[in-house]
Amino acid sequence: MLLNAVPFLYIACRGGERFRPNHPHGGPHLMGVTRKPAARLKNPKAAPERAPRRGAQGRVLVLVATRKGAWLYHGDARRRTWRVDGPHFLGHIISHLVLDPRDGRTLLAAAKTGHLGPTVFRSTDFGRTWKEAARPPAFAKAPEGEKGRAVDHTFWLTPGHVSEPNAWYAGTSPQGLFRSEDGGVSWEPVSGLNDHPQYRAWMGGEQDGTPDGPKLHSVIVDPRDAAHLYMAMSSGGVHESTDAGRTWAPLVRGLEVVEGFDPADVGFHDPHCVRLCPSNPDRLYQQNHCGIYRLDRPSNEWTRIGRNMPRRVGDIGFPMVVHPRDADTAWVFPMDGTTVWPRTSPDGMPSVYVTRNGGKRWQRLDSGFPEGQAWWTVKRQAMCVDTLDPVGLYFGTTSGELWGSRDEGERWACLARNLPEIYAVEATELA
Amino acid sequence: MKVLIPSPLLSYTRTREVEAEGGTLSELLADLDRRYPGLRFRVVNEQDQMRPHMRFFVNGEQVFDLRRALRPTDAVHLVQALSGG
Repeated sequence: MLLNAVPFLYIACRGGERFRPNHPHGGPHLMGVTRKPAARLKNPKAAPERAPRRGAQGRVLVLVATRKGAWLYHGDARRRTWRVDGPHFLGHIISHLVLDPRDGRTLLAAAKTGHLGPTVFRSTDFGRTWKEAARPPAFAKAPEGEKGRAVDHTFWLTPGHVSEPNAWYAGTSPQGLFRSEDGGVSWEPVSGLNDHPQYRAWMGGEQDGTPDGPKLHSVIVDPRDAAHLYMAMSSGGVHESTDAGRTWAPLVRGLEVVEGFDPADVGFHDPHCVRLCPSNPDRLYQQNHCGIYRLDRPSNEWTRIGRNMPRRVGDIGFPMVVHPRDADTAWVFPMDGTTVWPRTSPDGMPSVYVTRNGGKRWQRLDSGFPEGQAWWTVKRQAMCVDTLDPVGLYFGTTSGELWGSRDEGERWACLARNLPEIYAVEATELA
Repeated sequence: MKVLIPSPLLSYTRTREVEAEGGTLSELLADLDRRYPGLRFRVVNEQDQMRPHMRFFVNGEQVFDLRRALRPTDAVHLVQALSGG
């Protein structure tokens, strides 16, 4: 194999030490440190090397949020060498870590611990320093004698429209939508959703959630219209607003639900991840508990394109990502949705599937992945793309492995192992 | 009065023992939040309920009611149960 054909050759870790080339076939070939800076390794209190200053051209930053903290992976323009910056917030549960694409330097982190309440941290210098939000997402106080909702964790962060440079949206568990107009410093409930008369009908009772609680996720702002929003709820369907969140309408026609239940009841719908195509904002893709779907607006009817997946693999999973410049191209990470819903790679053989024609056909991509006994789970926020050409793909597993491809999924390499359970992975190109 | 702070909140107070004032636990928390912004929301949720792992002890007695009256001589311990992996 030509040396330059290996997708990711080296990974540099804190302090500049380099890892050996990652074996192209993954599996049991663990990465090793070839040069150990003993002093640093022996001193856990040594200050971590921080991110480089802005200005590096074409560098990719991969933001990894885990159950025990956050890590920033800085790649060079060729995505061959990576330098890790972290941990940030060691011990905190970080549900999402997002860079503001509008200024290229502000980071927002949704955090809590197993004991403390939920909050949002903000950095305007690539994580060198962090400051807590003055008013994190929180529901309105209930009237005396009534039981109110309390945010357990902020799950999803979405930067607002480019015309609203300080706007952000946050989705929480239990399911709620919040908006900040000051860059993430203070957050207000989006009353049009949180106090919607159909809230209970859409979202069910408090016990309707997944083991980690029901999520409001996939908050999408139409790049053509700041008032046009989509969002999805893991118990409660996909919804659309055309008036900046004041009113909402379900968008679930064509979506299937678990057998025996009524698809006309929005509360039975379980979208896992919804994505809008940047190159065609009228096209949406969705990974759902009951299949993979595509929607071309102005139609309101989803089409189950997952029917075209191999039957033995199925069309169940959590994440879905789309090509930044080709609306016919999208990727999923299938998981076992049979019997008790194992949510691991089918047969222990991980794969990514890509469609290049809007879901008519799917192609298996597994070069570099273990060929068996790899029971990976990838959560809905833990897969992403960068915007380079060819597109880079990244995902993190609940078993703490970060994987990447710099050729649109043709070949994969492990970027990091032994991280905590990975909840979210975001990639961004630094200007 | 003196308030003992649990280790997960040291990022706010930087010290284990702090001074704060208030005629009730609720007022004491408000004063703590003024001195150490953000601390209250990590102890008490937006419905004024103590988070599951948080407990106040006043003079060694566990207290669940934030309306509990306090005297300046009371010793308040904010304690956090640690659990999970």
